[in-house]
Amino acid sequence: MIDFTLWDIVRNLLLAGRWTVVLSLIAFTGGAVVGLILTLLRMGGLWPVRWLVRLYVDLFQGTPLLMQLFLAYFGAAALGVDVSAWTAASVALTLFTSAFLCDIWRGCVEAVPSGQWQAARVLGLNYLQSMRHVILPQALRLAVPPTVGFSVQVIKGTALASVIGFVELTKAGTMLNNAAFAPFTIFALVALGYFILCYPLSRYARYLEKKLYGAGIR
Amino acid sequence: MALVSVKDLHKSFGELEVLKGIDLEVEAGEVVAIIGRSGSGKSTLLRCLNQLERHDWGTILLAGQRLDGGAMSPGELSQNVGMVFQSFNLFPHKTVIENVMLAPVVVKQTPRDEARKVAERVLDKVGMLEKVDAYPAQLSGGQQQRVAIARALAMQPKVLLCDEVTSALDPELVGEVLHVLENLAAEGMTLILVTHEMTFARDVSHRVVFMHQGHIHEEGDPQTLFSRPSTPELGQFIASIL
Amino acid sequence: MTLDFSTLLPYMDEILKGLVTTVWLTAVTTFAGIALAIIVAYIRDGAPGVASRLLGAYVEVTRNTPFIVQLFFLFFGLPALGVPISATVAALLAMVLNLGAYTAEILRAGLDSTTRGQHEAARALGLSRLQSFRHVVLVPAFSRVYPSLISQCIIVMLGSAVVSQISVFDLTYAANFIQSRTFRGFEVYLVVTLIYLLLAVGLRLAFEFVGRRLFAFRQGAV
Repeated sequence: MIDFTLWDIVRNLLLAGRWTVVLSLIAFTGGAVVGLILTLLRMGGLWPVRWLVRLYVDLFQGTPLLMQLFLAYFGAAALGVDVSAWTAASVALTLFTSAFLCDIWRGCVEAVPSGQWQAARVLGLNYLQSMRHVILPQALRLAVPPTVGFSVQVIKGTALASVIGFVELTKAGTMLNNAAFAPFTIFALVALGYFILCYPLSRYARYLEKKLYGAGIR
Repeated sequence: MALVSVKDLHKSFGELEVLKGIDLEVEAGEVVAIIGRSGSGKSTLLRCLNQLERHDWGTILLAGQRLDGGAMSPGELSQNVGMVFQSFNLFPHKTVIENVMLAPVVVKQTPRDEARKVAERVLDKVGMLEKVDAYPAQLSGGQQQRVAIARALAMQPKVLLCDEVTSALDPELVGEVLHVLENLAAEGMTLILVTHEMTFARDVSHRVVFMHQGHIHEEGDPQTLFSRPSTPELGQFIASIL
Repeated sequence: MTLDFSTLLPYMDEILKGLVTTVWLTAVTTFAGIALAIIVAYIRDGAPGVASRLLGAYVEVTRNTPFIVQLFFLFFGLPALGVPISATVAALLAMVLNLGAYTAEILRAGLDSTTRGQHEAARALGLSRLQSFRHVVLVPAFSRVYPSLISQCIIVMLGSAVVSQISVFDLTYAANFIQSRTFRGFEVYLVVTLIYLLLAVGLRLAFEFVGRRLFAFRQGAV
């Protein structure tokens, strides 16, 4: 058994923590792009399209993220498609994020008063123009707090990528624990790592919400 | 000895002094109407009487006993001083009878069947007996307020405080609530009401207290006060209302 | 590459066993987690003190760290401190603490939205803080945040898939078990995912059914 110092542990966790951040960013930006497209389709397409998007969202919200990762990794492999843990995790988390963001943003668009749509319509704007100049700017204001809040979920979600072998903070923790046998310290540090990433975002989301709605206006 | 005795009551909210030295005595069985502009301190005075607001200076005695400064527990206080609110504040998740029975059962530890009898009696008094199993959401404003009165009465208080109890009601529903209060007054209940209903103040109350900028500006019997106000402020106030 | 779902048929027992485990874990967690949340919310709703701040820290830490880490921390960490713990107990404990923290926060929002009038009416009737919480404030607050509560319970149920990682024989464990024997990854994960989906739908329906009964008072006059 190799002797580990506290610094050895922290250093390894920090190095692995980079990949947590990278994967989170990939999932969030990819998910945002796909999510935006889905939102537009959901709000303005023909009803079969809207229905499909709704099904997509329901599927991702109604099934475990772990299962989604397994399907992307082991499932794809079983179908003969060779994917790396990186690819599987990125794809699964991106699609997961896109579904949730689509749902959040749809709610924000619906929260914009219907009178705005009517006003845009009678001024002659088509669907995309209405969205771009009238609805989305207003929906955006409403969307910022819950979107920032969801970024926390994305970061926490990357921890599951460890199960399919992706080496990020959690995986590093389990590997270190197998070598060093200091589970209390190691997993406490792992938790601390996530906390440092997530807590500021959570606080920021709360601050944004307060700014938007004021205290106690419910 | 007066039932309620208020001496040199002062109350400030931050920098703003709302009650600037109130002296008031209310006898048992008296009906006192407190009138005045918004901001005159009338609601604050009422809410000090059951310690919803803690006053900064002065004493409040109920039947010779101090009720301020924690001398009386909230449970004891509610059995002496009842309150009815402008926005009724019925408990939405409880039926009418459960609303009325709650405090006797939980605070006074009254056995449920006894509490139920008391509840039915007070609900009958306010004319809401047929609605015992209804939920507040199913009742009109006037009905809800009458239940609120019954709820306060179930604790058998010596004094009932009414804080603009008809102000939130549609005009056609005001009458049924005032009618209940009239009956209570006729039975000898001590009532202290903050109200805008001048007709009620004039016809039912024994004494009217006009508050202005944190002081009791004028008080006296309603007939005299309304027909021959001694101060210009009261004159202006009456003119603006009627 | 052909899909062959029939290879799963011999393993129906395992799937059933996993399903039962997931269901009872969810059921116990729901009751215990909500009970814990009520206690935590009550303490936090009172005057700020040591207990309130400690519980606040518990809520924040739980909500800002991944469930899998919480699970590993309890399962691997507690024995290292001399506290033996089985996988099932660790899973249940982690799930209850997790749901408890999220629900306490959800409930707090509900409590904060209680009108001043309700508090004053309870006080004017002489109810103590505990009596007021229990009889007046709690149920309406619950009814206001019920949709959020339902969503959170479903999230925890879906998140329970992770307990398979500490060898609790839940639905996911069954899936892995079957996959390692049949190498039919896609089929088995697809089927199990659909089962989870049905569980999520069923859980929501059950909650909505209960909600309609518990919160019938919200309906106005017909």
